[in-house]
Amino acid sequence: MNKWEENLSAAVKQVPPSGIRKFFDVAAKMDDVITLGIGEPDFVTPWHIRESCVYGLEKGYTSYSTNKGMPLLRKEIAALYKRSHALEYDPEEEIIVTVGVSEAVDLALRAVLDQGDEVLIPEPCYVSYKACVILAGGIPVPVATGIENEFRVTADALEKYVTPKTKVLLIGYPNNPTGTVLTAEELKGIAAFAQKHDLIVLSDEIYGDLTYGGLEHICFSSLPGMKDRTILFNGFSKAYAMTGWRLGYALANPVFIEAMNKIHQYTMLCAPVTAQVAGIEALQNGDANMHKMIHEYDRRRHLIYEGFCRMGLKTFEPKGAFYIFPNIESTGMTSEEFVENLLEREHVAVIPGNAFGECGEGFIRCSYATSIDKISGALNRIENFLKNI
Amino acid sequence: MRELLELLEHDARRPVKELAAMLNKSEFEIEDALKKLEANKVIMSYNTLIDWERFGDHNVTSVIEVNVAPQREVGFDAIAERIYRFDEVKSVYLMSGSFDLLVIIEGQSLNKVADFVARRLSTIEGVTSTRSHFMLKAYKKDGTIMDDKENDRRLVMTP
Repeated sequence: MNKWEENLSAAVKQVPPSGIRKFFDVAAKMDDVITLGIGEPDFVTPWHIRESCVYGLEKGYTSYSTNKGMPLLRKEIAALYKRSHALEYDPEEEIIVTVGVSEAVDLALRAVLDQGDEVLIPEPCYVSYKACVILAGGIPVPVATGIENEFRVTADALEKYVTPKTKVLLIGYPNNPTGTVLTAEELKGIAAFAQKHDLIVLSDEIYGDLTYGGLEHICFSSLPGMKDRTILFNGFSKAYAMTGWRLGYALANPVFIEAMNKIHQYTMLCAPVTAQVAGIEALQNGDANMHKMIHEYDRRRHLIYEGFCRMGLKTFEPKGAFYIFPNIESTGMTSEEFVENLLEREHVAVIPGNAFGECGEGFIRCSYATSIDKISGALNRIENFLKNI
Repeated sequence: MRELLELLEHDARRPVKELAAMLNKSEFEIEDALKKLEANKVIMSYNTLIDWERFGDHNVTSVIEVNVAPQREVGFDAIAERIYRFDEVKSVYLMSGSFDLLVIIEGQSLNKVADFVARRLSTIEGVTSTRSHFMLKAYKKDGTIMDDKENDRRLVMTP
């Protein structure tokens, strides 16, 4: 052991290593791999957005912006929430632009958590929630969900994990990795639970625009009584295909936003101004392209769902994001064994479900943010793999 | 129907099975819809976009602005037909503006195209003048970028 390792902070040592690293190293070396393992759109950012950034650079948008983000961008974000969710947020005091939702989640947790505070996290969930809670000094409390319920978290399930130390509920719907979307009734149940225990709710709605089958996304803050206790996250990565730009934002009451801004101003200063210029263009003129992409995801969703059903893997129809989460227990393999063997034999990359929490064991996450041809190809290879076990 | 057409416009070789899965319909429904669309000529033909340049052919394409004297009763249509019946003619459009017909011609060489314009096109009764432009390079054709360098640059696995 390198002697410096003992110098690392306890929190960093407590954070487990990434669950996909070892597979990544193998997959990255294969030249004919088909990957369903990517958590980002396969579309390149629409041209008009890219072009606006280039124009911004030509015009000299190269300096810092105000800490909370360019005023016009915040205004556009406020207008978006008014338009689509009838929510009023003051662009001056209730919105902060961040370096992706990742930074916003980190800021929020650091702003509200004291050492030992507990955070309820329904699992399976995005990989960074738990780590961010630990790094902020909190204690992550996973709340397991299962396929029998299409991975929906309920107030009853949450009740079992509440203690006097519970301070925050951190949810992310539409969900990565399961594609689960909660209904208004289900969300209301969770809202009542949050009210009852006086919890702060962190709601990561980065996939909010990506819902299918006529399902409307319900913003958690729009539920009666929730706006004041909710820190709402969204960003540009998924809906506008802008992952690499690193642009997200948080909406909350002025106390939370000011506290988050305090950390943000000393650690990040501001989100990249080039991305902010592009973000304005995305919000002003990006709807048509966004809907085109959503439409395309929806077709792929049908194709991949039908494919897994045909193979006889137990799966449920995902209603949001761009993931499907089939159960592979019938193969007798663990998630990691399945991923490793599939990669080795058929050169298809998927993510083991347990990377998203213990209750993800027995599942794999497949992303359909890839071309139809690749999805078809991958489905054929997986079918072949299953036949030859 | 619109969705089916959009998918086929992009890739006419998509198997019915795949189309059915994508559109959440049965294969029978898709086949039936295709038959109808073909019968009423909404679907005209299933072509392939080929980069002949890359294949090794060096054909010459000419875009020709044609002015014509419209005829009584048939207007531009009769002259247009006399033009578009030639095999060399790839497309003909009636235009607004400073000329009447836009004619696109493809030939094996500059000489052959020039010869066609001089001997066939400009001598048609009613054609009053022509102005030819030769195409130098195709960057984008029917929505497809010919030499698209935007590869998938994503990492192979990300959370």
